[in-house]
Formats: sequence, C-alpha cells, structure tokens
Amino acid sequence: MAAHENAGDFTPGMIDRREAILRVTALLGGVALVGGSALLTGCRDEDRAVTGALFTAEDIAFLDEVAETILPATSTPGAKAAKTGAFMALMVTDSYSPRDQAVFREGMRKLDEASRKAHTVSFMTATPRQRLALLEAVDREQKAESDARRDEKEERQRAEAALSDQRQEAAPGADVGAAAAITEDLPPHYFRMMKELALLGYFTSEIGYTQALRYEESPGRFDPCVPYRPGEKAWAPHA
Amino acid sequence: MQDTSYDAIVVGSGISGGWAAKELTEKGLRVLLLERGRNVEHIKDYVNATKAPWQYPHRGGRTRAMEEAYPVLKRDYPLNEKNLEFWASDKDNPYTEVKRFDWFRGYQVGGKSLMWGRQSYRWSEFDFEANARDGIATDWPIRYADLAPWYDHIEPHAGISGSLEGLPQLPDGKFQPAMPLNCGEELVAGRLSKLYDGRRRIIPGRVANLTRELTGRSACQYRDACWLGCPYGAYFSTQSSTLPAAAKTGRLTLKPFAIVTEVLYDRDRKRATGVRVLDAVSDQTTDYSARVVFLCASTLNSTWLLMRSATDVWPGGLGSSSGELGHNLMDHHFRVGAGGKLEGMDDRYYNGRRPTGFYIPRYRNLFGDKRAYLRGFGYQGSAGRQGWSRAVAELGVGAAFKDSLSQPGDWSIGATAFGEMLPNHANRISLDETKRDKWGLPVLKIDCATGENERSMRKDMMTDMADMLEQCGAKGVYTYDNEYFPGMGIHEMGTARMGRDPKTSVLNAHNQVWDALNVFVTDGSCMASAACQNPSLTYMALTARAADFAVRELNRRNI
Repeated sequence: MAAHENAGDFTPGMIDRREAILRVTALLGGVALVGGSALLTGCRDEDRAVTGALFTAEDIAFLDEVAETILPATSTPGAKAAKTGAFMALMVTDSYSPRDQAVFREGMRKLDEASRKAHTVSFMTATPRQRLALLEAVDREQKAESDARRDEKEERQRAEAALSDQRQEAAPGADVGAAAAITEDLPPHYFRMMKELALLGYFTSEIGYTQALRYEESPGRFDPCVPYRPGEKAWAPHA
Repeated sequence: MQDTSYDAIVVGSGISGGWAAKELTEKGLRVLLLERGRNVEHIKDYVNATKAPWQYPHRGGRTRAMEEAYPVLKRDYPLNEKNLEFWASDKDNPYTEVKRFDWFRGYQVGGKSLMWGRQSYRWSEFDFEANARDGIATDWPIRYADLAPWYDHIEPHAGISGSLEGLPQLPDGKFQPAMPLNCGEELVAGRLSKLYDGRRRIIPGRVANLTRELTGRSACQYRDACWLGCPYGAYFSTQSSTLPAAAKTGRLTLKPFAIVTEVLYDRDRKRATGVRVLDAVSDQTTDYSARVVFLCASTLNSTWLLMRSATDVWPGGLGSSSGELGHNLMDHHFRVGAGGKLEGMDDRYYNGRRPTGFYIPRYRNLFGDKRAYLRGFGYQGSAGRQGWSRAVAELGVGAAFKDSLSQPGDWSIGATAFGEMLPNHANRISLDETKRDKWGLPVLKIDCATGENERSMRKDMMTDMADMLEQCGAKGVYTYDNEYFPGMGIHEMGTARMGRDPKTSVLNAHNQVWDALNVFVTDGSCMASAACQNPSLTYMALTARAADFAVRELNRRNI
C-alpha cells in the first residue's frame, strides 16, 4: 500500500509514538509488509503447521551471500559481516506466515536455478560479479511485479472504499468482520522479501547502526537546523 | 496485617490515579492506591530502556507467536518486541466486540502513562460549550474558566514543553521552553502562516517531556526512546512525577495486584463505604473502607466497575439511575492525512532525536468557517530526512546502492489528522453476562461505531493537509486514509459523563457520582464530549480539581 509506505517515510523527529512505530512496523514485519494480510486477519487454521527449523547452516550461508550482494562491503562492512543471513532466516521462521515461508524457500531455489541458467554455476559458486548481474535482473523483475501489484491494490481499494461508503449508508457501522474481510493479498515476489529483510537486518545491526550510519545512544541535545555536507552519514533512529 | 481503613481509596495508578494520589496525600489524607497489575519501579523496571536497538532478536518486530498471544494488540502498532511487557494480556483480559473495537490497555503501576504519546493540549472554551451550542448530547457542567486554574496547577509539576501562541482554540499554559521546529518544518510553518494570515499555523508539538530539569528529573536527552520507560525521568509518568510526590508525604499505601471487584455501597446513607479487592495472585478477597473513593481505572474500566457495584439498588449498577452509564463512548478518529517532499534543503540537517513533532491547531468550524459537519480536527506531523527505508520499494542492489543509503535522503513532511468524534447514546458498553474472565467477572461488551459526521470530516482531514502542503511548495504530495476503528486512538472517553442534571448524566460538575457523592470518577469516563485535542492533560486537571473539592467537602462534612 503506497500510502502506508509513504506514511512511514517522514523519518526522524516523529510526531509521536504512533508514527514512529508505524514507520518501524512498516519495515519489520516483512510482517507488516510481506505478511500484511496474515497480520490483519490472523493465520488460517491450515497455516498453523509446525514449521520447526526451516534453515540449515548452508541456507544461512546462501542468504549471507544474497545479502552481501545487495549490501556488499565497501568503506564500511557488508551484510555478511553483520550476520544478515542468520537474521533473515530467523525472521522468516518466526514472523512469516507458512505461505510466505514457502514463497521465500521456493525463492531461494529459483535464485539458484536462475544462476545456473544465466551463468551455468550455482549461486554459491558464482563470482560476485555474476551474482550482482543476477540480482539486478531479479530486482527489476520484483520491482515491476510489486508496482503492478500496488497499482492493482490501489484500484481495488478505491473500489472497496466506494462499496464501503454504500454499506455504511445502508447500515451505519461496519461489523467486526469487516476489517478482516479485506481481500486476501497475493504473496509478494520472493526477492522483495529478501531485499526487505537484508536492508532491515543490515541497517538495524550493530554494524549498520554504528558504521553504515551514525548513532548516538543519548544525544543530550536537539539542534533543529545544522549544515549538511554530502557524504556525511545519516543519523540512526532508536526505538 | 495490612490496615484496611483509609481516608481515601484511589482505584487505578495511571495518569489520573497518580494525580489523585498526589493531590489527596498532599492535602493530608491517608490514601490507598490500588492497581490491578504488577508494580513497575521507576528506572529499575525499565528493562529495555538502555538496551541497544540491535540487541532485540527481531529488532523490535513481531512474531507469529506474539500475534497469537495478542489477538487485539496485533491490530496496530502496540504489538512489538521492545515494550511488550507494558501492554495488557489480551488472553487474560477478554471482552466482547459487537462491532470491532480495538482496546489497547496497560495494566501495571503507571498504567498507560509509561507508554503514552505525551502530546499535551489544553481544551478551550469552544470545546466546553460545544454540546450546548450544537444541541448535541448534554452540556458540559463546567467551562474553561473552571478548569484553567487547574491546568495552571498541574502543568508545572507534570512538565509540559510548548510555545506560547495566543490562540483562543488552544489556550497557552505554564510551559517549559518548546522543543523547536526543525528547518523543514520552519520553512513550511512560515509559508502557511503567511498564506492563512496566522489562522492556520504550525506550532511545536506540546509534549510532556522536560526541556528544563525538575526535582529528581533530568531534562530530555533526545533519545526518542520514551515508550521503553525513561531512565532520566524526562517525560511525565506516574513513576517519574506523581508517585514520588505522593510517596514523599508518608501517607500513601500502594497495592499492586489488587483488582477492585465492586464499590461497596451503603444504601441508607447513600454513600460508598469502600471497595472489595480481589488479590490477583492469592485470589483472596479483602474489603477496604474509606471516606472517599476515586475511580481512575481508565475510561472503560471505571464504568465496568460501577456496573458491578450496588446492583442490589440499581440493576445497572452504581451511577446508572440516569440510564446513561456505559453510553456515549468516544475516541479520536485518525490515521488519515497527507505528506510530500521539500526541495532546496539538501544542505540542511539536524542533530538529536526530538520526541515530538509539530501541531496544527483546529481551524475548521471556528472564526466564521462553516462546514457540513460539526466540530473539527488538529494535525500532528513532522518533517525530516528519509532514512534507509526509502530504498525498500525502489530499484537497486550493490555497492553504490548501499553507500547511498548511508546518507540521509530527501526532506519529507507529513501529518495525520486527529478528529473529534461526537457523543452518541448508541455507542455503549454493557456487561456480557455470558462470558467471564479468569477472575470470574462478567466481561465488557463494546458496541461502538463512527457516524456520518466523522465520515464527512475525514474528507477534509485528508484533503486539507494535501492542499496546505501544495500551497506551501511541497512536491509529490500524496494522501492516505489507513482506515480507523474506534479504540485505535487510545483516547477512549465517555461512558460516565459529567452533566448538569442527574436525569441525563452520571457525574456532576465536580466528578461526583450523582448517586453516591463520595465517589469521584476523574478519568476519561467523565468526558461529555471529545474535542480533538489529546485528552490526558485534561484528565490531570479534572482530577486535581476534583481532589481539591473532595477534601474541602470532607472538611465541611458534606461527604
């Protein structure tokens, strides 16, 4: 939902807890984003299968390389140094719905398959340059799909809003189920999931906070307007 | 053996209960302060206050296990990994929703004062006369002049920072220096004020965070981690402000895990004699007596308690003789607004994390403006430079992409409207006798919905902000309505309204229950209308006023 994501964008100096948290949950929750519908409606019974350990050490090494390709070591350490692969695996295991877990797992397989097809080698044995070329292509694919989804969803919401106006006029006050009746969303593209989790995992890690960004635990002051020179790092948020 | 006889009993230790305890003890009463939840000791029990953000396994996010444990809390932002221990268990505290109502609760010493939004605005004469002027519900029995001295009384102790603006619809108070607007906000504020000749203006958010230290409390350190509990005591909470003051008198007894099951009522004397307490740990019941009882258990909970009391006299409970107990439930409707980008400011930034933003006071249906709906709304928003999250929806992978995200992004600005919800007799709570909680109490049934006035207002709430941003030069202006259900504002008000007539109201002008004059209700239950300002500051002032009145009445032997 574009509006929601934008609402999360007026980053620092938030008005109050609501918007601060809106911003954070907009990201966290691959949940609020990826598992969006599950969040609103609760998991369906058939989704409640016990998932157990979803990822092996090899899987985590694979995710580390995906994250490192998205966010490589430059003048600051990359995603692998920040243990982003393990974070991604944890979030998928603990926070994703079983449906989205399946999409994510299948995405790992698809990525490897695409590597073999494009470069004749597995993702893990591909060179950094080959991995980058592959992820650039997959990123374009997910962006196109996400944009199309968003447009469709906005169209649907406009239609639903019109419908809900009619409903409310007929019988004031939606019933409890109305909110839950939001049309089930299609799962997002697997690479959208991976990219979200890589960004979240990296920029909220200690390396992300203290090296990629600037962080002061207790600033002790607020300067409402200071000069900014290109290249200076962004301030990291807190809670 | 704990004493069971006191001068006063206060039920609930949140914003209102803390103030009741402070005022009553300082005026010489021996007070028993009852709290249904656990104790939370100032600083010591803020377990995550100094934890680094990267130390949370899910970095503050939510898991499926959390969602299953908190089926209500998960509906909005409160379900999170960082301060989950401050939100009440949905499983232990069920309620029945006739229509969806998101009830977000804080059951511990300090209540929701630990994690409140801290925005603090006085109500104005327009708000207190609104019902009478519009012929809606019943008239408030008080006017701004009745409450102004009590706002003056509570603000310096609570510590409210804000600017003096001279606005009749948002009276100035005894404020500490404001937390200033940042340069993006200043830019838009200057343009807006000029465009509207000062009738619409952006002012610094008035917030219960200190910019000057008070006894035992440091000034704000600009960490913006308030809702974890503040180790500096820099924002107002029961723990930082009212509880230490009450404790200092030596006349306070605080009892956690004390669920008040009913107010004990003497039908001959038409007075409450005390309360019955169920110990949440031992399951034992104890009666406590007092000359005066203050109900500050939170909006729905104080009324829930009244409904369980004196049922042998009134089947609907204490305070139900008017037929209005439980009715006229309100909240603030919000989650609608607009945002955009600001250009030409890329060489500007800020230092420190300010725990507030800006406020645009109400301007609709005031000073000659006339809309199709009644009442109005205010905006809460902020400007700032975008962080790394801007990249989530954009194309990009690799070294240049990563390094660009280490730098701040564009300046953006956005604001959310908070709108007044009209009192409506049909919006009500009642006892659901078919369902009991783990302590055997019949749960509350909530039946509440917004109406045509709110729906009509929401259109302005969305488009006004977009219009103002465009007029002020913002680019890429977008609007949003993220959908609102009653309760989400966590500004629930009403169900035991104040009024002038015992036939149409539950409480009189001094927050006394008409049917038992030594029972005072001073939390959000007492509200006869909702205005559009955040209500907590008004609860503080009403509580202090009622406590002063109660002590004078006790001394006169009137109650």
